[in-house]
Amino acid sequence: MNAFSVLSAVVQRDLLVALRRKSEVLTTLFFFVIVVSLFPLGIGPEMDLLRKIAPGVLWVAALLATMLSLNRLFAADHADGTLEQMALAPVPLGLLVTGKVVAHWLVSGLPLVLIAPLLGLQFDLAPRALTVLMISLLLGTPLLSLIGAIGAALTLGVRGGGVLVSLLTLPLYIPALIFGAGAVEADISGLGAAGHLSLLAALLALAAFFAPWATTAALRIALE
Amino acid sequence: MRMLTWKYASPQYFYPLAGKMIPWFAALAVLFGVSGLWLGFFVAPTDAQQGEGYRIIFIHVGASWMSMFIYLVMAFWASIGLSFNTRLSSMMASALAPTGAMFAFLSLWTGALWGKPMWGTWWVWDARLTSELILLFLYLGFIALQAAIDEPRRADKAGAILALVGVVNVPIIYFSVKWWNTLHQGASVSLTQAPSMAKTMLLGMLMMALCFWMYSIAVALARVRAIMLERERNSEWVTQLKEVQS
Amino acid sequence: MLTATHLACVRGDRRLFAGLGFTLEAGAWIYLTGENGSGKTSLLRILVGLSPPEAGEILWQGTPITSLGDDYRKAVTYLGHHNALKEELTASENLCMGAALAGIVLEKSEATKMLAEVGLAGREELPVRFLSQGQKRRVALARLLWSKSPLWVLDEPFVALDAAAVLWLAETLAEHLAAGGMAILTSHQEVAIAGSTMQTLRLAA
Repeated sequence: MNAFSVLSAVVQRDLLVALRRKSEVLTTLFFFVIVVSLFPLGIGPEMDLLRKIAPGVLWVAALLATMLSLNRLFAADHADGTLEQMALAPVPLGLLVTGKVVAHWLVSGLPLVLIAPLLGLQFDLAPRALTVLMISLLLGTPLLSLIGAIGAALTLGVRGGGVLVSLLTLPLYIPALIFGAGAVEADISGLGAAGHLSLLAALLALAAFFAPWATTAALRIALE
Repeated sequence: MRMLTWKYASPQYFYPLAGKMIPWFAALAVLFGVSGLWLGFFVAPTDAQQGEGYRIIFIHVGASWMSMFIYLVMAFWASIGLSFNTRLSSMMASALAPTGAMFAFLSLWTGALWGKPMWGTWWVWDARLTSELILLFLYLGFIALQAAIDEPRRADKAGAILALVGVVNVPIIYFSVKWWNTLHQGASVSLTQAPSMAKTMLLGMLMMALCFWMYSIAVALARVRAIMLERERNSEWVTQLKEVQS
Repeated sequence: MLTATHLACVRGDRRLFAGLGFTLEAGAWIYLTGENGSGKTSLLRILVGLSPPEAGEILWQGTPITSLGDDYRKAVTYLGHHNALKEELTASENLCMGAALAGIVLEKSEATKMLAEVGLAGREELPVRFLSQGQKRRVALARLLWSKSPLWVLDEPFVALDAAAVLWLAETLAEHLAAGGMAILTSHQEVAIAGSTMQTLRLAA
């Protein structure tokens, strides 16, 4: 059995668990939708203004929705002893962590990407901007899952971990927010989104390399 | 030399050494502080464009430097503590964090005070001020994480990982905020634009920076002594201390 | 052979134990005993490599476990306080997923057979959350049937088990030891394993 099949076994297991606990998955998605819908109510229905704030609003809402789902990432595994077994498995823990992050993204990141264009329509975004929004979220949400995993691992089993995780990870999310929302704005203003998107992709590559390592170290500390 | 370094890396020997060093650094801080403020407020000429309000930079600039530098030093000590399992280095990291946060806050506050007469508003979303605000968040995250963990060794290690992740992220955050700022053509607070910095101004800023340095060292040493006492309260060397026995 | 020398463990302000050492040979097992809070679980977690000891060293076949890494993890099967079961998954899914983590492919039919052996025939397809405490423990113990590790470290394996299951576990352990395996286990009740060398390790509170 090679490393890849162990990784896919972890992804499979987490997806199966999520599938049997649909309500939690839907909660994240519903949270995203409702937060985005609150902004026009708070700001007023002027289309010009809404079009202008749409990228930022959608991205901030995606950040918060991801934040909300982070507590689930390791807490259940920690509580039922699965995490110990993972740490004792004869495969690199970083690999298993990557599997968990992939599953987390599929469950709580990908649905946001898919529903975002629908919400973008409510803000009167042009079709091209909607495409850019989707691409930016497609690159950005895995980045949020990767960075968030570090925060989730650091606050595992810690007093007030739920609130603490936002304090730790939200500042680290700022570059993703800037480049993600910036890509859509740049496209709307005619500057072209390519620069933003490639920076976002570069950040994703960097995080894919470093974040599992930091998460693994944090998990081992939490298990000591 | 090696023996000596090892000796002072143990809390038992470092505690009295730190106690002896604190008054010296404190005295130097006062000395540099008084001369820096005197230069800044009485000797340096009034700025032609900015009037008297500009004098706040004597504190603002030094505080900003210090807040960034302390984060690096803190991450350095934390990573040493993580990789070599040395207790003292981790304690140093925890002792530095509140001072760093204080300087970040001071830098923001003085930045706001400077901004009011300059731009007529307390806050501008300038790249540097925004980065400083995020740095303050990073400090607060570090402090909050360590405060939430009861087991000191776990707190040390978790803090170290967070500090390292922060160090990797600080340049990325700074760059992205700068990029965001230029894209939105926001305000920019720039020292290089300040017309012809006089030599006395430079000297004053240098004095203030040195004052902050000495202050940080003195306060960090005092705090690390307190952390040592708390953590090692059951060890023999602490129970034999004069100040503990009385 | 597992050797521990001068192990020490500190939790918070308390020193749980110090200067602890033992040698465990193939075919032998250690009965770890002591009052609540004497550090039994902490010792087991140190032995499997989850937590580092405050002092001392653990050698597996003469090599420190810290430098063995995955090779040591392959040699150990650990069962902690928690059953490491996912409540939403069925007993057989749990068993297969657990094996997959250890790099062992377990067919569904094999899993069914193993679950029948621990007395859960007909319950393989039930989500674990519908099982009783004792049944959950049995699902967790079923991993001993696919485990190829020579060293079993079991934290209170007999808790919540009924007489039949206790008997089954004692037999399984006897077979494992007879085949040259090793085991370390904690228990609050007396354990008898037929035809084996037992060492008792008592931790003082």
